Parts: sequence; C-alpha cells; structure tokens
Amino acid sequence: MSNWKWDVFYDAFPYIIKGLWITAGLTIASFVFALVFGFVWTFLRRVPFKPFQWIVVWVMEFIRSTPPLVQLFFIYYAFPQIPVIGMTLSPFVSGMIGLGVHFSTYISEVYRSGIEGVDQGQSEASTALNFSTYKKWTKIILPQAIPPTIPMLGNYLIIMFKEVPLASTIGVIGILQLANNYGAKTWDYVEPLTIVAMLFLLLSYPSAILIKKLENKMNRNFDKNKMLKETN
Amino acid sequence: MTISAISEIFPVLAQGLKITILILLASAVFGYFMAFVAGFGRLSRFFIIRKLSGLYIEIFRGTSLIVQLFWLYYALPILFDIHLGNDFWVGALAIGLNYGAYMSEVVRTSINSVAKGQKEASIALNMSSFQQMRFIIFPQALRMMLPEFGNYLIQMLKATSLVSLIALKDILYYGEIMRSSNISMAPTIYLLILVFYFIIALPLIFLTRKLEKMSKKGVASQ
Repeated sequence: MSNWKWDVFYDAFPYIIKGLWITAGLTIASFVFALVFGFVWTFLRRVPFKPFQWIVVWVMEFIRSTPPLVQLFFIYYAFPQIPVIGMTLSPFVSGMIGLGVHFSTYISEVYRSGIEGVDQGQSEASTALNFSTYKKWTKIILPQAIPPTIPMLGNYLIIMFKEVPLASTIGVIGILQLANNYGAKTWDYVEPLTIVAMLFLLLSYPSAILIKKLENKMNRNFDKNKMLKETN
Repeated sequence: MTISAISEIFPVLAQGLKITILILLASAVFGYFMAFVAGFGRLSRFFIIRKLSGLYIEIFRGTSLIVQLFWLYYALPILFDIHLGNDFWVGALAIGLNYGAYMSEVVRTSINSVAKGQKEASIALNMSSFQQMRFIIFPQALRMMLPEFGNYLIQMLKATSLVSLIALKDILYYGEIMRSSNISMAPTIYLLILVFYFIIALPLIFLTRKLEKMSKKGVASQ
C-alpha cells in the first residue's frame, strides 16, 4: 500500500463529486423510463393473440440476455445511421433510453408478478359489478398489484444506479468518467477510482438497508397468509 | 443490411468468440468458488469469519462492476504489486469477485431455507455437524441454488462484454474496431454482436428453465 497518495485523493475528490448530479440524474431518468416502458411490455404481453405474445416474450428475452453495454453502443453509434428513423441522440438521452429499455424488461416481470398476486376473485367481482375494462384495471387490479412490488422496484433502482457508469463509455460525464479524465491528466488512476467506488458504496449500501426495512414492513402489511393465521 | 455485409462482419466478430467464452468460463468457476466460500463464511460460527465475508459481500455488491474492473486493472499492480501477467485474469477476477458476492447470498439463503425439521432429524440421528451439512442440508440446498446460479451465468455472460474496455479481444472489441473504420455499417455490426451474445445465451436460458423444474423436486423447504 506504499504507493497510495493521500494528496491525490484530496485533490481528486472535489473534482469527481461534481459528476454525482449527472450520475444520479441519469439513474432517475432511466428508472422512470423503465417504469413507464415496463408497463408497455406488460400490456403487450396481455394482447390476446398467441403468436404476438410469443414474439413479445422473445423480444424481451433478447433484450434481457444481451449486454446493456452493446445496447448503449447501438443506440449511440448505430441508431443515427439507420435510414429514415435514425437521429443523433446526446450521450445522456442515449444512456437513458439504453438502460431504460434494458431494465424495462425486468420491471415488466415485477409488474407481472404483482398482477398475478392479485386474487382472481377481484377481477371476477369487478366484472360482476359491471366495471369497464379500463375501470377494472385502474380502480381494482393495479391499486392492489403495484404497492406490494414497491420494494422490488426499489431494488431495481439500486441495481440501475450501479449500471449507470456504463454510460461513461458513450461520454456521459458522471463520476466514473471524471475519475478517468483525472487519471488521463495525472496518470493517477487508483485514488480517483477508489473515490468513485466509495461514493457508490456510500449511496447504495444505506439505500439497500432502507429497501430491506421497507420490504419487512410491507410484508407485515400485505402477507395474506400471516394475516389469516393471526385472525384464525 | 445486406447479406454481403453480414458475411463480411461475421468472421471478424467470430475471432472474439474464444475470449468471450473463456472469460465466461473462468469468471464462472471463480464466481461459484467465491459464492461458496463467502456463503459458508456468512454462516460460520466464528464472528471474525462472518464479519470478513460480510465485508467482502457488501463491498462488491455495493459498488459497480465496471468500477471494480477498472480499479483492479489499475490498483493491483500499483497498490499491491500484484502482476497477473495477463489482463485476461484481471477481467475474470473482477467478474468472478462481483458475481461471487451476489451468488453467496443465494448460497446463504438456500441453506437457511432448508426446513428446520431436517436439521432436527439429523441431530436426532446423532450426525456430526459436518455430516448434517454434507448429507442432509447441502444436497437439498444445492437444488434450490441451481436455477439462480443459471440466471447469474447469463448475467456473467452479459458482463463479459466489459472486458473489451480493458482491451481484451472479445466479440465487442472486434466489433468496435470494425465500427470505427466504417461508421455506416454500425447498425449491422451491433445487431450482429447482440445476436452473437444471444446465441451464446440461448443454451443458458434453456438450462436455467430446466434447472427451475429440477429444483422443485425432492426438497423440504419452509
């Protein structure tokens, strides 16, 4: 450890921390994108036409099992080259779309598990009460399906936060890119990268504990089996 | 996107197939090894081993893989004077350590979710604590771990694309070289790269589905 330089550490810290806003901003932006796009997938999967469902499932599988890094490159470098629809996107927007679409396939599974968790009787009851399909979903199913998935969605927020530095490869100036820039100027890479790692740890570890607490609390409120046991 | 373009790109990308698959294998072996070491470490009766494994898991789960990769790449030679001789091992080490930390939680939770009665029964049969783990708890826990291990194998495959950033010659590396010389072919190049990864992932997807079915048989879980 004799090559560790504290003066570099103190010098690099204020320089790198400026990138935290971009990193946090891209995390939030791509998370919101994934939340919205996840609904699109969930909706497409419920279209009552088997071949179409099959295609949607495999497109999702394709997006999910190929590297997000390549998907980012595709959107940033290849999308502008595609005739007619292609246009140049800024690194931030490319990152938001790339990570957002990648994680929307995971988020969609979360929604699905939430919807499947709602008792079949709820759907039948709203049909019996002559609710329209739109009303059934917005008033009965989704209000029950979504709250139990909040801890899972929170976990995905943390996972996405840790994937956001991938966007530094297409030029999003977050904390990782700033650390690399610092390294390129001074040839000291270890201290700046350690700062980046520290920042990630400092932000993600407490959030993970928070989510865990929320999960336990939600389980207390929503665990049907447990509630049945307590009342019987 | 013409056939001739595809036939031009395909052999270039195929050159990187070997490194991608070797990195995947090396990091998988290393990752599973770390998963068991840290997973059992978290369940150890010794306070210090529990805390050390916990520290490893939280550090590697709490920071991002790309940061760990760069950090190991620069810090191993400078801070610790460790020269692995080859960047290949830096890539495999980073991916293995990162996913090992995630998978150790799979190991721990699976062992914990074997029904209590199983342990009680093995105590009643006068088994030593090693025998309990070896013959009763672990065989049942392992079945529960398998589907998750399969899922993480696909995650590790996706992660191998990062090693092109430390100049290892994998599929993405060759694709990037080709793209930088003719930008108009970029859509075809990246689409083919994605297809390459998907074709490697397909057997892993089916394996995971099979493991999911297998894992449900013959386990007493709570």
